[in-house]
This record gives sequence, structure tokens and C-alpha cells, in this order.
Amino acid sequence: MFELLGIPPQVLMGQLLIGLINGSFYAVLSLGLAVIFGLLNIINFAHGAQYMMGAFGAWMLLNYTGIGYWPALILSPIVVGAIGIALERTMISRLYKLDHLYGLLLTFGLALIIQGLFRNYYGVSGLPYAIPPALQGGQNLGFMFLPNYRGWVIIASVVVCFGTWFMIEKTRLGSYLRAATENPELVGAFGINVPRMITLTYGFGVGLAAFAGVLAAPIYSVNPNMGADLIIVVFAVVVIGGMGSIMGAILTGFGLGIIEGLTRVFYPEGSAVVIFVIMAIVLMIKPEGLFGNNA
Amino acid sequence: MTDATTMAAETGAASTNALLEVRGLEGWYGESHVLHGVDFNVHQGEVVTLLGRNGAGKTTTIKAIMGLLDKRRGSVRMAGQETISLQARHIARMGIAICPEERGIFASLSVEENLTLPPKLAEGGLSIDRIYELFPNLKERRRSQGTKLSGGEQQMLAIARILRTGSKFLLLDEPTEGLAPVIVQQIGRTISALKKEGFTIVLVEQNFRFAASVADRHYVVEQGKVVDMIPNHALDANIEKLHAYLGV
Repeated sequence: MFELLGIPPQVLMGQLLIGLINGSFYAVLSLGLAVIFGLLNIINFAHGAQYMMGAFGAWMLLNYTGIGYWPALILSPIVVGAIGIALERTMISRLYKLDHLYGLLLTFGLALIIQGLFRNYYGVSGLPYAIPPALQGGQNLGFMFLPNYRGWVIIASVVVCFGTWFMIEKTRLGSYLRAATENPELVGAFGINVPRMITLTYGFGVGLAAFAGVLAAPIYSVNPNMGADLIIVVFAVVVIGGMGSIMGAILTGFGLGIIEGLTRVFYPEGSAVVIFVIMAIVLMIKPEGLFGNNA
Repeated sequence: MTDATTMAAETGAASTNALLEVRGLEGWYGESHVLHGVDFNVHQGEVVTLLGRNGAGKTTTIKAIMGLLDKRRGSVRMAGQETISLQARHIARMGIAICPEERGIFASLSVEENLTLPPKLAEGGLSIDRIYELFPNLKERRRSQGTKLSGGEQQMLAIARILRTGSKFLLLDEPTEGLAPVIVQQIGRTISALKKEGFTIVLVEQNFRFAASVADRHYVVEQGKVVDMIPNHALDANIEKLHAYLGV
């Protein structure tokens, strides 16, 4: 077999796969953040907690009601999205006329409360969630072994990301969303119910986080801190891609996951910080982000 | 007078009454009190202008009618129905459409998406084909990004998109501002054509020669109030007075 710079291909491909998996979660989560920030001007710090709630939702559905993975993949995002809608209606909607900082503080506080509640009832050790039977096992691709479930996570993430992109950039509903992101007052003056659109958009963004959480449940253990650990990296991804850019969030998410994986192969010591180093460089050279359009 | 017209509106004698009645309208931008009691009427099928100097409150009046101010007070009746406590989207659904001063073309939407963004709120709006017939430039450039159009084309687009909605009451805020004379003429022809089709139009203008070519009546706005009304046929007789108002 061929070798690259002394690295056996199995190792390289293995780390690339892990990078792609991480990138899938970065992409789906930063996409949700970008959609929410675009229309609501809220930096949704509760996103990690909502991702965790998605994973717990799947675990609870299985353990309390016997509902399995596939229905949970739909149900858990709907339930968590509905909780998000309730939060938006009762709390977040009061902050739209204030500085970003207030939204960030509120959602950060909510994240701490939600994570605290889950820690209180479920502890921090993590709960197991089995890979659904249909996706157990794996494929031998010759140069590497691909576990079926990991392949599924990548495919599902790509489909959801590009589905969301298509909906926003190419449909009539998306044109309302883009217009309201630019000038909500004028869109309202055309007779469109902008507050309802904002509420549903927040619910959708939260639902995306929960969907990522369900996808993550069989890979990472389901625990109250799973989102808090991930969300800091996701915020770095969003900063690199540019706040509010849909395609930017998707491409940056997958791209940085891969870069992180490659760093783990070639310079393992740097893998934990590579994304933050890139963030610092991007902030110095192009503060609005790689895909951001206004300085 | 106000009571009489109000009562008449309530008893349904609409033909003799104003379609839009603005009474004692006050408006604020944040903390600053801009409108101090605006009064005027617009009748069905009329083209009425609001003339006045920069900062007199013309644009603010239009925004107040549409419900786009933080705070407003007084009375704005559309076809006899009070709208002062309604939100912009509910006012829009009563058949009022706005073409804002800054045009409000969306950069992230194509020309066609901009055109079809405002939903149809009533029957009788212009079809896309008819709009493209009126504004052939828009058809040619329908796939372009909205803000890549020239200033004149953007103005056409801003007017065209509210013609699709079926709204018959249009608020046009300085549609000729900064445009070449040939485009101004085209907009003038469009406004005249709309009037013939029964549209009612409130036009904010700095350019009173243009206003004179399309309007039935002119209201003069000064320091957040309507201070005078000049019918178009009496414009020549009042030209000195108007110059004094506008400071030209």
C-alpha cells in the first residue's frame, strides 16, 4: 500500500473520517446558528444545550416510551424545536430591539440552567444509546473500514445542510426569509407576518441543533455537557465562516472538521487548537469571516 | 367638519367621503417628536402630493400612515376604519402599499423574487406579464440581483412590485429623487396611467414641477404639520407662496 509522508493510509483515512464526522456536526450546528443570527440578530448561546436536549430526547423516547431511533430522529427535533418556540415567544422576543449582548447573555443563562437541570437528574457520567440495528456493522472499502453509522451521519448531515440551503436560497419561502433578514420592517409593510416567521425560524434552527443531537447520540455518550464542549468550537466555525452566511456555515463546518482531522495526523499536538488558530488568523485578515459580506 | 365626515363614513356614504382621513396625526422616531398634528384627506382616485422642505415630516407622515413608526397618535382612517393602533402588516392588508424613499430593493433577492415578494392581498392586481409589458427592462434583467439594477430600474421595480398586490392605495415616497429626466418622465406616465386605472396615490415630492404634472391637489407640510392645501389648477396663482414654503 502507498504511504504519504510516512503516514499509513489507514491512519490518514481514519482521521479524515473522524474529521468529516466532526465536520458534519459543526456544519449542522453552525448552520442553525447562522439561520437564527441572520433573522433574529440573536447569538444563540443555548444552541449547545439544545443539541444536548436533542440527544436526551432520543434517549428518553427510547427508555421511557420505547420509541426507537428512526422516529426519534423526527420527533426529538420537533419537541425540542417547540420548546425553542416557547422560549422565543416568552423571553427572546423581548430583546430584539436591544444590543446583541443581551440575547447572548439570556441564551447563555438559559444554556446553564438547562445543562444544570439535566446534570441534576441524569448525572455527568453519560448514558448509552445503541446504534440502530439497520446501521450496525460496516463496509470494508479496501483502504479503510467505514462503520455504517458514521457513513449515515455524514450523508444525513450533507442532505440536511443542502436541503436547508436550497430552501433558503431557492424557494419562495426562502425569499421571504432573506428579505426579512435584510429589512423586516418593509417585509411587514407588505402584509407578511414577520414575528411569526421569526418564531418559526428560531424553532427551525433549534430543531436543527436537536437533529444533530440525535445523530450524535449513538456516537458520543449522551450527557449533559456534550453540547457545552462542542459549542465553543462551533462558534469559532461560525466566526470563521462569517455570521449569517448559510453556505459559508456549511462549507466552513465540513472544511474545518477535515482540517482538524488532518492536523491530528500530521501534528497531533495542534489538533485541539487548530480551529482557534485559524479563527485568529481569519479575524486579523478578514474580520467579517470568509463568507461574510459586510465588514 | 371632522365629526360630520366621520359620521358620514360610519353611515356608509362612502362616495362623498375621503378614502383616507388623517386627523391630528403625531409621530415619533425613538424620542424625537417629528409630527405635530397632521391633517389631510385623500379621495378615491385622487393623486395627492405632500410638498415641503427637507425634514418637514413628509416621509414620516407616509411611514406613520403605513404604521412604520415606533410611536404614533391621532387618527388615520382608511375607508372609515381606524388604523392608528394597527401594525404595518394589518394596515397593508387593508389595501395600502408603500414604495419607500430608499426604494427597499432586497440585495439577496433576484429582480423577479423582489417583484413577487409582496403577497397578493386583493383581486385586481397587475399580472407579471402586464408588469413586464410596462417595464420591459425588468423582464430583461429578471435574473439579476435586485441591487445590481440602475437607480431608475430599482425605482421601477419598487413601484412595480406593489402593483402586483391588488392594493389600490399607493404611498410613493420621492419616486423621482436622483433620477435622470427621461426616467422621471416615464415614472410620471406610469403614475398618470395608474390614476386612470383608478388607483389612489399619495406622493411625497421635492420636485414640485413633477408634482404639478401628475397631481390633483398639493398639501404643504412644514414642521410636522400640514400648513396649506393648493389645488393643482390654482398652482400658478399660488406660485409665490409655494416658493416661500419650499424655500426655492
